[in-house]
Amino acid sequence: MPVALLVPAGLGLIFLVLPLAGLLAHTPWATLPQRLAAPGVLTALRLSLLTATVATLVCVVLGVPLAWLLARVEFPGRRLVRALVTVPLVLPPVVGGVALLLVFGRRGLLGGWLDATFGITLPFTTAGVVLAEAFVAMPFLVIAVEGALRGADTRYEEAAATLGAGRWTAFTHVTLPLVAPGVAAGAVLCWARALGEFGATITFAGNFPGRTQTMPLAVYLALETDLEAAIVLSLVLLTVSVAILAGLRDKWTAGP
Amino acid sequence: MTARWNHRTRWTRAALAGAVALALALAVTGCADELDPSAGGAGDGVRGPVTVFAAASLTESFTRLGTEFETAHPGTTVTFSFAGSSALATQVNQGAPADVFAAASPATMRAVTDAGNADGSPVTFARNQLVIAVPKGNPRSVSGLADLARSGTKVALCAPQVPCGAAARTALDAAGVPLTPVTLEQDVKGALSKVRLGEVDAALVYRTDATAAASEVDAVEFPESAEAVNDYPIVVLRQAGNPAAAREFVAYVRSDRGRAALSAAGFQPPRA
Repeated sequence: MPVALLVPAGLGLIFLVLPLAGLLAHTPWATLPQRLAAPGVLTALRLSLLTATVATLVCVVLGVPLAWLLARVEFPGRRLVRALVTVPLVLPPVVGGVALLLVFGRRGLLGGWLDATFGITLPFTTAGVVLAEAFVAMPFLVIAVEGALRGADTRYEEAAATLGAGRWTAFTHVTLPLVAPGVAAGAVLCWARALGEFGATITFAGNFPGRTQTMPLAVYLALETDLEAAIVLSLVLLTVSVAILAGLRDKWTAGP
Repeated sequence: MTARWNHRTRWTRAALAGAVALALALAVTGCADELDPSAGGAGDGVRGPVTVFAAASLTESFTRLGTEFETAHPGTTVTFSFAGSSALATQVNQGAPADVFAAASPATMRAVTDAGNADGSPVTFARNQLVIAVPKGNPRSVSGLADLARSGTKVALCAPQVPCGAAARTALDAAGVPLTPVTLEQDVKGALSKVRLGEVDAALVYRTDATAAASEVDAVEFPESAEAVNDYPIVVLRQAGNPAAAREFVAYVRSDRGRAALSAAGFQPPRA
């Protein structure tokens, strides 16, 4: 085995694992049960799981068709659309949060109309958290699904068409089952990104326990006064997400 | 919002410390006025970078003081990291390469002194008081804390973990106003920005922050803020890579020129 690959690979692994080890080393194990039972921990965790899951559903409903459009339909400006879809990936989440405020805020382009017409305001609500998470997480799903669609054999769809299937039937009965593992992998990535979302959430949805304070926000605020509390919260988030991701991975996205 | 500081390696810090020590040893004069609060210029032997961790509410006044300090002491560069005091205290206690720490409350400063990371004891250099920040023109005619509890009025407060949030809680309790804010922001600038963006109708912020944003917000004074006056302590840190310049900077903040800049920003002088 070439050392030139093994050494950097080992260093890379250490670099990724060491901070987690640091977290474990500083965990106050003795007071862990009391800290876990502290008011707010469960509330924040529940809110995080709920919003990340709803955001992922939103991303799947909107993102899969978008990925299909990018992978299967030739239209002018497709490259530009694909670039636009990936913008939230490179945009600092805080900027994303401000951008969301400028559109969905009380004085925003759409937000003002929503408020005046329906009396709906999104900032500082749980729906606002879902919106912020979906905004930053959707590109992960679109990219994963588009990749799966491009890798899938289009001859199956063509065969379905020759047998009289319309485009919608071909999509639901042939294409979608074919790329299901890709959709699942994309959804898992999307969910993980949504779960860890901080910047856009605190900027757009604010921070209020039980309503918009997700785990990452709770960690950040705990850090202000109590390092150990922040470590415990991080550990909870880490454990839950690793457990869920590992469970899903075995089920749907098992590699070779 | 996110803290930022110069990343310096141990080597350059050691080299810097050596250079400063050498400069100090060579400078036979000019050391006497180093700790004099009124010393405003002539810093012999004071050079190199100074990294200052300062409360978010000091952003405007310290940025200005930093530029003045660099002019008064050629060869120095002042770098700031502005954030919520508690976050900064945590970073200092985790060994962040800072020379000076200026906090928005004695409680957050205590986190640093208790951990043994202060070089000497902190001194109070300014005081700050809360005001109600409302959009320009005060569209909801807010005249006191009680108006904030009216239904349909959206209010942003600082989180209770940071000094402005603790002060807000004290003032609200003193007024006996049961207020449910829509958001608890992680620092005072976050609360203020929610007013500037029009997302809330009011926020409790420091008078200095309202002054800095005077083109966009109006400040409504309220009597209960007297119950929650924040002392601002400053200290040189033990981990300072450039302690001489750090002390000079602290002296500059406490000098007449420093006082003038702080009072222009809306701060009150420390209690005599």
